[in-house]
Amino acid sequence: MKLSGGDLLLRALKEEGVKFIFGYPGGAALHIYDSIFKQKACDHILVRHEQGATHAADGYSRATGKPGVALVTSGPGATNAITGLATAYMDSIPLIVISGQVQSHLIGTDSFQETDMIGISRPIVKHSFIVQDTQDIPRIIQEAFHIATTGRPGPVVIDIPKDKTDPTKLYEYKKPKEVSLRSYQPRVLPHPGQIKKACKNILSAERPVIYAGGGVILGNAHKELIALNKLLKAPVTNTLMGLGVYPAKDKYFMGMLGMHGTYQANMAMHNADVIIAVGARFDDRITNTPSLFAPNARIVHIDVDPASISKIINADIPIVGQVKDSLSALIKEIKRSKIKIDTDALESWNQQVAKWREMHGLDHDLYLKKNKSQMILPQVVVQELYHATNGNAWVTSDVGQHQMFVAQYYHFNKPRRWVNSGGLGTMGFGLPAAMGVKLAFPKDEVVCVTGEGSIQMCIQELSTCLQYNLPIKIININNEALGMVRQWQDMNYGGRHSASTYSDSLPDFVKLAESYGHIGMKVTKKADLKKSLEKAFSMKDKLVFVDVYVDPNEHVYPMLVAPNGSMKDMWIKKNVKA
Amino acid sequence: MKRIISILIENKPGALARVVGLFHQRGYNIETLNVGPVFDGSYSRMTVTTRGSENDVEQITKQINKIIDVIKVSDLTEGEHHEYEFILVKFLRNEKIQKILKKLNGKIHEKHKDGIVMSAWGTSSDIEIAIKAIGKANLLEIVRSGSIGLHEGEKVLKI
Repeated sequence: MKLSGGDLLLRALKEEGVKFIFGYPGGAALHIYDSIFKQKACDHILVRHEQGATHAADGYSRATGKPGVALVTSGPGATNAITGLATAYMDSIPLIVISGQVQSHLIGTDSFQETDMIGISRPIVKHSFIVQDTQDIPRIIQEAFHIATTGRPGPVVIDIPKDKTDPTKLYEYKKPKEVSLRSYQPRVLPHPGQIKKACKNILSAERPVIYAGGGVILGNAHKELIALNKLLKAPVTNTLMGLGVYPAKDKYFMGMLGMHGTYQANMAMHNADVIIAVGARFDDRITNTPSLFAPNARIVHIDVDPASISKIINADIPIVGQVKDSLSALIKEIKRSKIKIDTDALESWNQQVAKWREMHGLDHDLYLKKNKSQMILPQVVVQELYHATNGNAWVTSDVGQHQMFVAQYYHFNKPRRWVNSGGLGTMGFGLPAAMGVKLAFPKDEVVCVTGEGSIQMCIQELSTCLQYNLPIKIININNEALGMVRQWQDMNYGGRHSASTYSDSLPDFVKLAESYGHIGMKVTKKADLKKSLEKAFSMKDKLVFVDVYVDPNEHVYPMLVAPNGSMKDMWIKKNVKA
Repeated sequence: MKRIISILIENKPGALARVVGLFHQRGYNIETLNVGPVFDGSYSRMTVTTRGSENDVEQITKQINKIIDVIKVSDLTEGEHHEYEFILVKFLRNEKIQKILKKLNGKIHEKHKDGIVMSAWGTSSDIEIAIKAIGKANLLEIVRSGSIGLHEGEKVLKI
């Protein structure tokens, strides 16, 4: 049977296993939308803004490991998808964005709703396609999914001029049995010689640290990571993107590292003699000043992307390969090796880490217990959320102080449960991402922890949640200010709060939630917090928006001292350096 | 330090833009750029010259390698290599300029009333020296092909 371009597209998406398309229709995409109407394999989720579509597809992907799909029209539809593409690109998320384009003969004429999507998105995609022949659509979809999901994953754009989905022009559905791209061979096996070298260095280490990032989640290698540390018994830290990949409850886990990492994690990195970096990229929010980074450490760096290796910090033993393959090979080599770990040295290293934890660790933080504030502390909101959900929720966040508090105080024991925009730091990500997660796991508890600043950047998606009955829970940590901006202004700009406050013009979030048909709750008293959260989570089939007013003067600590600081230089609390 | 980067890439629309865009995106500058279809026409061969440290160039080549359409990348300056550049020059009749260009395989293509068009080719350092020597006086216009290069010996950029 011959099919139109739109039908070819939908069949190709079905064959890739696509369950949801997050999108928003418009002129150039209307043929495709007609094809959507006529099929049943993919559910279309109508968002309220294309940014929401991309974040929802992205959240779906982060939670499931499968690529997420967004569909937008040309022009403003395409440009509204840009923030979502950049978000996915920075965190290496396999996101497929299909954009309608004006008809081929109008391209380049400044026609209505025309924009050069391929050009605009070029720096923030792994690859992009423009459909020139309708019969190529199945092959292009196949290649797009292959490129998005293999090697270092990333977003792919497919731009389809409207005439290529003309319902009156029909074609055979044809595509190759498998993808073959002469210029793209993503599977690289780790070099056995490098594995041997790494093994020797790791086993001879006296102060080893495992530093694991989002790549371990993307590479589905958390089991291998845990197995590796069963052998090594080294302290482990996770990046913001890696949280959950090593169970937080494990005694060797030190918490997150970096800008707002734990004291023990940052101190351990600074004092390590061997750092085993796995699927992490030495981001500037980790290393602080690169020239002062871990002065005595030899670096073993495992990454699927050779460009990530020695980009910021020189790797002494680079291993290019899939994280799963590399860790498996390393484990095998360690088991085979005759080198004995210096258990005494390792024991005293672990004791040292325990001492650091005792001194300034988050969970032993007397500050929280001693705090005399009459107001609710934002950290305590997250701690209570952790208890209310038994630590089992899928948690999305936006960007700012609340994001860091979740990273510090919600202890993730499983990979993928923590969904946040780490690389780009996109406010507005949390709510639509939570929609994607909830659609993937409708029976599970999905929570969006946000702030009154971030939530207003994609608040329109409350309407989508009503339409598709997505009973997520929104915990709005409301400090009546752009908290992280204000923290920096407090610390670096003499407390001049330039454009970071708006307390007299905030909406009534309870009424706002109610106007969208949801439940709204406002919490202002310490005594009500626990009960309110319990009540919110008892309403299983309702979206509940819990607006929690917190102490606006709280800062996120620890915080690396910059500029010109190393990882051991931290603010531990207000005006106190370690 | 000057670097010559050779790239074998799919001859597809937008492929060149991906390479050029990347230089800008990663904060590097392109000094010269030459590109043209090779083999069966489905490939393009590019030569890009840039300046940077060894680390810079390692990072550039790694990043270029990540472009899906790129088949092979090589830093020619890492080893022995052949490198030449071709120029076309239009100038007011002038013995000095003619002499300079003659030394660089110069060839006269056209003489009109006052002017003359010549081509020349040589290593890019020879070309640079020649361009300096020509100076501004009498020069009407000049166009450069940008460096093109190959590895010396058996090493080739091929799929």
